[in-house]
Amino acid sequence: MKTVFKKKKITGILGVLPATEVSFEDEVSNYNFPEKQTMRLKKIMGFEKHRVVKDTTASSDLCVAGLNHLLEKKLIDKGEIGAIVVVTTTPDHFIPHVSNIIHGNCDLSNDVICMDLNQGCAGFLQGLMQSFMLLEHLGNKKVVLFNVDTLSKKVSKQDRNSYPLIGDAAGITVVENDPNARDIHFNMYNDGGRREALIIPAGGSRLPSSAETAVMRDLDQDGNLRSLDNLKMDGSEVFTFVQTEVPPLIEETLKLADQDKEHIDWFLFHQPNKFMLKKLAEKLEVPYEKVPMNVVENFGNPSGSSIPIDIVHNLGSLVMDNQYNCCLAAFGSGLAWGAMTIELGRMDFCEMLISDY
Amino acid sequence: MDKILGILTELRPEFDYTQSNDFIADGLLDSFDMISLVSELEEKFNVTIDALDIVPENFGGVEAIVNMIRKNGAEV
Repeated sequence: MKTVFKKKKITGILGVLPATEVSFEDEVSNYNFPEKQTMRLKKIMGFEKHRVVKDTTASSDLCVAGLNHLLEKKLIDKGEIGAIVVVTTTPDHFIPHVSNIIHGNCDLSNDVICMDLNQGCAGFLQGLMQSFMLLEHLGNKKVVLFNVDTLSKKVSKQDRNSYPLIGDAAGITVVENDPNARDIHFNMYNDGGRREALIIPAGGSRLPSSAETAVMRDLDQDGNLRSLDNLKMDGSEVFTFVQTEVPPLIEETLKLADQDKEHIDWFLFHQPNKFMLKKLAEKLEVPYEKVPMNVVENFGNPSGSSIPIDIVHNLGSLVMDNQYNCCLAAFGSGLAWGAMTIELGRMDFCEMLISDY
Repeated sequence: MDKILGILTELRPEFDYTQSNDFIADGLLDSFDMISLVSELEEKFNVTIDALDIVPENFGGVEAIVNMIRKNGAEV
């Protein structure tokens, strides 16, 4: 799908992190691989430390903590909110929906629209797409987009392919109508034929969780122990997917926007790992400095909230006073991949909250 | 060739790479080893390896690795 969103603007981003920070070195002994071999990945992949929630924390907790922070600091008023959109692969429950849990816990008005989208690493762009469409019907009200995942609960701690890079976090993005906003060019693709490259086999209606699905096994005989309740990622397939699909996606999106790479100030991409982002920058022939790639080493890969966390961590103070020409790209489970050009700046807030969770 | 064998042995000292005809099928290299190896090769041969060349077919043996390096413009 290719489209242009007109007169829409991101006016604030809050990153919400769990309190607990775990270092990669402290987890090396969990993996069934030689320590030296695993440690070699530290520098290459950016495995340094990551944030994980407590056992008692659910995804909505990060969202509610973040929205309450915004309300208390008067960065948003309840009366301004027309809709809340939650994008997550790790809801608190199948029913009720995370958006309704936030709605209830923050005591929002009954005419606020609540909507959950079950999407993963491409979820920031999918959430923005939904939010921009809702704004067409909300007048001067705002949409609050929550991207949240607590994937540490769904990834095996003995899976060296996935556990070192995951990070729990929420990104809360406020979008609103603005007659002076520049056009946002948007471009999104999906390929359900490759859906099993990222899969949690059990826990849904296809294969409900049971004692059998919880058994830890080395199913792929690659040294990684995981159960059918855990996330399984085909790393090679995902790598090839990203390097094959994303560079032409970026080129195509820039062409749609009638912009060239030299005039983009920041390429703000989903943050899978440092190696993949370096290779993307090389393929696109853009300088590494224009492609922030330090989210995994500081927080882990926070799935759908990776771009909001990237913006807050790397551009937090800059986007308060300046305006930047940005190209965003997100890609992951589905498989889904999308990009957009958007002007970011003069925000009301762009900051990080370390929660008690 | 010896330089590449040296890098491989440094990477996974528990294996004898001279005894395998297919490093991937024989389990001598996994996907993360491929990434580690690319990083080492780029440093040692002063080359940037195209992302689309990082596929198992290019890591099956020393000759395949040499061809990949040469394809990306470095002397081996």
